[in-house]
Amino acid sequence: MLAARRALKDILAGAIFIALGLAFALGALAYDIGTPLRMGPGYVPLVLGGLLAALGAGIIVKGFIAGEGEEIGGFEWRAVILIAAALLFFGLTVRGLGVIGALFGTSLLASLARSKTGWREALVIAIGLTALSVAIFIYGLQLSLPLVGPWIPLP
Amino acid sequence: MELLGGLEIGFETAFRLENLLYCFIGVALGTAVGVLPGIGPTATIALLLPVTFNFEPVSALIMLAGIYYGAQYGGSTTAILINLPGESSAAVTAIDGHEMARKGRAGVALATAAIGSFVAGTVATLIIVLFAPPLASVALTFGSAEFFSLVVLGLIASIALARGSTIKALAMIVLGLVLGTVGQDTYTATPRFVFGVRELYSGINFVSVAVGMFGVAEILRNLEDEKTRKLITHKVSSLWPSRDDFRRMAGPIGRGTVLGSALGILPGAGHVLASFGSYSIEKRISRRKQEFGHGAIEGVAGPESANNAAAQTSFIPLLTLGLPAHPVMALMLGAFIIHGIPVGPTIINDEPELFWGLIVSMWIGNFMLVLLNLPLIGIWVRMLTIPYRILFPTIIAFASIGTFSLGLNPWDVFMIGFFGVLGYVLIKLGCEPAPLLLGFVLGPLLEDHLRRALIISRGDLTTFVERPVSAALLAIAVIALALAVLPAIRRKRDVVFKDEDEA
Repeated sequence: MLAARRALKDILAGAIFIALGLAFALGALAYDIGTPLRMGPGYVPLVLGGLLAALGAGIIVKGFIAGEGEEIGGFEWRAVILIAAALLFFGLTVRGLGVIGALFGTSLLASLARSKTGWREALVIAIGLTALSVAIFIYGLQLSLPLVGPWIPLP
Repeated sequence: MELLGGLEIGFETAFRLENLLYCFIGVALGTAVGVLPGIGPTATIALLLPVTFNFEPVSALIMLAGIYYGAQYGGSTTAILINLPGESSAAVTAIDGHEMARKGRAGVALATAAIGSFVAGTVATLIIVLFAPPLASVALTFGSAEFFSLVVLGLIASIALARGSTIKALAMIVLGLVLGTVGQDTYTATPRFVFGVRELYSGINFVSVAVGMFGVAEILRNLEDEKTRKLITHKVSSLWPSRDDFRRMAGPIGRGTVLGSALGILPGAGHVLASFGSYSIEKRISRRKQEFGHGAIEGVAGPESANNAAAQTSFIPLLTLGLPAHPVMALMLGAFIIHGIPVGPTIINDEPELFWGLIVSMWIGNFMLVLLNLPLIGIWVRMLTIPYRILFPTIIAFASIGTFSLGLNPWDVFMIGFFGVLGYVLIKLGCEPAPLLLGFVLGPLLEDHLRRALIISRGDLTTFVERPVSAALLAIAVIALALAVLPAIRRKRDVVFKDEDEA
């Protein structure tokens, strides 16, 4: 039990590498593997995926032999979810809402990722940031993106 | 003579008005992000890459390079004034620099850092001029087998000099390599790992990887615990060092420049290693050992010269071999690719204006940095008062619109989020993000050279060890890997990097 706790960081890291490695290796089997002479598109991902999984297993073994034993610390769920949501929002809405709407929503969600920032403060930051970004990117750098998208009917 | 001709082209290009302007913007931005803790040159260059899309290639690269070495200057300002390294290589400057500031000698410390950096930057630029062309002509004789081995060596060497667990760094490299295979295969045009998403056919955008792993992951970590900063702004008045100060800083600057220039060429965290190495050398040979840690000017002059020299010479492998030594250089490689310029040994002959213009601009940039940092120090200090609650949403907003504008591809923005979260989790589990980015950028190159070399050799794998240059490169890679795993060296390396954590 003690060894497992000391190795926790390594076990988790190793598990991530094994999962990703296997996913790529198995996925590669769907493509033509080919031969070393004429490698197919699946050859390199298959080898690399296998290697990644093997390294992941090695990290777990190393964890039990010489685990770092440091605390991982809390996981900042609020920040992770809100920042990811902010980026997702931009990608999903920039075409429909246009730059202004997408930037506003993204800035608002991002500002709220910090637990000490309140709603009112976040609104102020979002408005200011939207104006700043539009000024820099649309007017300053002349990016040709629509300010208002087709989802918003203009009178 | 050829050299002088090259320099002439360089001066002509770099002194064109628009290039001077972009150089200035670059170093000013670099200083700004260097000063601000929480956003580094890697994330900034990734953010600004899309913006430079419409520039002349040479202007774009001059500006992006300026951000990189400008950040080395800015990082030391933060280290000296608030004892918080704005940049990892400035961590060691914080030790004595901040002590000097507490004793009311902040101005002298800042001036020492700027003078040391300028001298080092000038010398290192000359070193690039002297060494890059011959190295490139050697590389011109390389075939696919040699390039494959060279990339392997570069990747291995980058972890031998990095911090932390070697096996985790290896795994991060391989993860980067495998992520690099997403998208259409160059030989058969088969789309790989795209899950039917048409936007992924051209692969994962490396700007998204860089912004995610270095920008967003860093924000998530900072939001865990917000540090309170203590700013020393009083008495940044007397800037000019005394005659005695000048005498004391001359030696450290000279030694730091030599050490930094040498280490900068090596892949990995060369500039971080250089500043730590310089500090321990100065401490060992000094007659005033007891002053170190209590405001010794040598402890500022040496490391600052070393890290700036290393920042400059790390362009050598990129410009001659097309091999990025660390994440920032990987982004520079990406900038070349975006502008459709093949990076490698041919660049000196094919794009002389770009090659020499970039090098001369570095020297001009270093000069601008002295002017920017000494008389205008007050502006940068004021920047430190920007609260983080405004800074980090700004980074997210700029990242979204900047990356989207690159290819009008929403998936580029989604990928920032994916790599931000992945990076945050992996960093928490003790994995450094730098090897992943290097692997990701070099992955397609590695696969391409591997497959081409095997087609040329008719599928004979021994081609990599039968060709002498390739065999030698692979042998060095094996030795480097062995050294990284060897316990004695590991322990020493850990000591070097432990100081960094404490600082």
